[in-house]
Amino acid sequence: MSKQSVAVRKFDAVIVGAGGSGLRAAIQLSEAGLKTAVLSKVFPTRSHTVAAQGGVSASLGNSEEDHWHWHMYDTVKGSDWLGDQDAIEYMCRKAPEVVVELEHFGMPFDRTDEGKIYQRPFGGHMSNFGEKPVRRACAAADRTGHAMLHALYQRNVRANTQFFVEWMALDLIRDQSGEVLGVIALEMETGEVVAFHSKATVFATGGAGRIYYSSTNAFINTGDGLGMAARAGIALEDMEFWQFHPTGVAGAGVLITEGVRGEGGILRNSTNERFMERYAPNAKDLASRDVVSRAMVTEINEGRGCGPNKDFVLLDITHLDPATIMKRLPGIREISIQFAGIDPIKAPIPVVPTCHYQMGGVPTNYKGQVVGDDGAPVRGFYAAGEVACASVHGANRLGTNSLLDLLVFGKASGDTVIDDVRSGEIGLRDLPADFADRTLARLNRLNTQTGGASVNECRLELQRTMQKHCGVFRFKDMLVEGVAKIIEVEKAVAHTEIKDKSQVWNTARVEALELDNLVEVAKATMVSAEARKESRGAHVRDDAPDTPANPNGRDDANWHKHTLWHREGNRLSYKPVIMKPLSVETIALKTRSY
Amino acid sequence: MATSTMQFKIYRYDPDKDNAPYMQDASVEVDFSLDRKLLDVLTRLKAKDDSLSYRRSCREGICGSDAMNINGKNGLACLTEIKDLKQPVVLRPLPGLPVIRDLIVDMTQFFKQYHSIKPYLINEGPRPERERLQSPEEREELNGLYECILCACCSTSCPSFWWNPDKFVGPAGLLNAYRFIADTRDQATNERLDDLEDPYRLFRCHTIMNCVDVCPKGLNPTRAIGKIKEMMVRRAI
Repeated sequence: MSKQSVAVRKFDAVIVGAGGSGLRAAIQLSEAGLKTAVLSKVFPTRSHTVAAQGGVSASLGNSEEDHWHWHMYDTVKGSDWLGDQDAIEYMCRKAPEVVVELEHFGMPFDRTDEGKIYQRPFGGHMSNFGEKPVRRACAAADRTGHAMLHALYQRNVRANTQFFVEWMALDLIRDQSGEVLGVIALEMETGEVVAFHSKATVFATGGAGRIYYSSTNAFINTGDGLGMAARAGIALEDMEFWQFHPTGVAGAGVLITEGVRGEGGILRNSTNERFMERYAPNAKDLASRDVVSRAMVTEINEGRGCGPNKDFVLLDITHLDPATIMKRLPGIREISIQFAGIDPIKAPIPVVPTCHYQMGGVPTNYKGQVVGDDGAPVRGFYAAGEVACASVHGANRLGTNSLLDLLVFGKASGDTVIDDVRSGEIGLRDLPADFADRTLARLNRLNTQTGGASVNECRLELQRTMQKHCGVFRFKDMLVEGVAKIIEVEKAVAHTEIKDKSQVWNTARVEALELDNLVEVAKATMVSAEARKESRGAHVRDDAPDTPANPNGRDDANWHKHTLWHREGNRLSYKPVIMKPLSVETIALKTRSY
Repeated sequence: MATSTMQFKIYRYDPDKDNAPYMQDASVEVDFSLDRKLLDVLTRLKAKDDSLSYRRSCREGICGSDAMNINGKNGLACLTEIKDLKQPVVLRPLPGLPVIRDLIVDMTQFFKQYHSIKPYLINEGPRPERERLQSPEEREELNGLYECILCACCSTSCPSFWWNPDKFVGPAGLLNAYRFIADTRDQATNERLDDLEDPYRLFRCHTIMNCVDVCPKGLNPTRAIGKIKEMMVRRAI
């Protein structure tokens, strides 16, 4: 390979991604005066946090009594006991502080009559350790993510944060000892490749929901952080756990917030029955997302779906006061009119479970440090938000805990970086001589490849395979076949061809590079899912049914552990779940019901 | 299956190989049972010709990436119904900003104006332990303002912004300026009004109202600008 020169820029910290967690981390670092670069594929307010709707959880107790310990219990239960209890306690305790902070930054929360932050009920949010629904989701109408992302960006404008907008990070730089030294990135406008050499590297790259054909996620959610980490030898944790949001608009995939059910919305089948009463007699439509999604698919599979093909169910809010809909759910009304051709004031919305969120990711501890297989921090490497697996969501995330996750761990990772830089724990170590080789080889291949596979067709094949072989319900044989199919896709991906060879804003090249990341995520998911021979949270298999010995098909004796997928050798290892919280008693294993 | 061929005329320019921009004729098979929005069809066009360049992300009208000029009017591709479009559909980059490539414009000037209005809450008072209180009525004043997605449809449809993009804040920036002026938690109203009391920054607005006509979120920058002017008059008396 010809030696190409790669410009090097030096920073105290480089943050990859400018969604909620990246912007929250950036506030810490910029306000502390660290020389920080924030890289983003898109202008910060275009990041996918912007699409979050329903709320951010915090036990503020603005409308009724609430407590962080109850929030912690709900999160552990929601996770089907796969979440790490130290990180969950940390997140739930910190929630009121980070949400109030956000209000101080200017977030336009809705208000109660007393002028406090408005809170609404949400799936799995209960008071007194699972007793009855509680109002814990802090909301700005049904545009909470938009309001939050803009408020965080605005605070960064105030803090003079240095952004590199429309730069795509391509690979992680690590040295012989495994320490992380920064990233190599591509400026999309010019095609220039630059190394961001840094004491600290924070991944805030978000999720990879685009591995599925039907997804609520934006085009940009291609798991870039996961792909970069995997290629650099970092194992990925719990990648078999993907959340299917119960209410994506049928056919379009666009999200309809759980806040709709929080405000009183009801799911109905073709007989007009409120079927959730059968599946979750207590929480009904506000059970956890995995439970509701499975109930919906069961209704459809048993012939009680709606429409000419009986392939969706209905989300009904026609009984709500139109004034409430206009005030609390205006964005949902717009989306329904735009993407379902239906005004929800007059008619119910057709919905289906749709891929929404990845519970797994780059393994971190509750301080935002990336950890290796032995649990020890990888020096110089941090992660927060959807790319990270702390693990606070375990096998199933509670609604509104994602926005909380990115605030709490965005801030925590920023604080840890500040400590590590100031104490001299991390420094600017020399770049290895071959630091750019892998990246340049990838780019050169794309520039010269002829007669290869189409990026578009490879991606579609990948997405259809994931959708068919690794969906809401999983089947042993389909998973085994799915692994083989994804390996086939990977072979084609290694030879993708782009016709566009321009250096200027080459979106074909960007999509090809994104596909390199998607395929790592798809492999990790399929292999991890095939191997986990139990049902837990969002991972439910036909050969692990509900039995007296293993209620809900959960097999704690053999499978109460985190998966680690290693790219090299396509191999798995496991590590224990952290059951010891920071200050309170362990929330002991229990059968989950709503 | 309801398929049909749609005709397009698309502005193309790649500075790496083209001496000058040109309009390209293109056609594509559309399946009306699957394709509903212009962005769906752009995706099909791009599958045929991967060099066609445009920004896109959320595909649901909340991220503001895919603003472009569609049959002479600015809008978001992801919210534009294809059935309503007259053919050939003429696609151009947003007017008034430098074109980088195809439908991708350089938005530096647009964001510079947004940043110039200090788009963040200014409140130097001591930080309370809990949230700052705001009544539901006070919060309602922010409706129709905070929802801006910075897509630039409005500012790039404004003749005043075309003429003075360096001096006139433009409708998006002014809407956001009023978002902070209207926020009871913000303490910098006077400074904000001082900053805008300028023959160019605010007063280049001649209430042409193109901005209102094109906003994909149904917001009304002209009304916000009117409110700012009103406040200036009121404090002068």
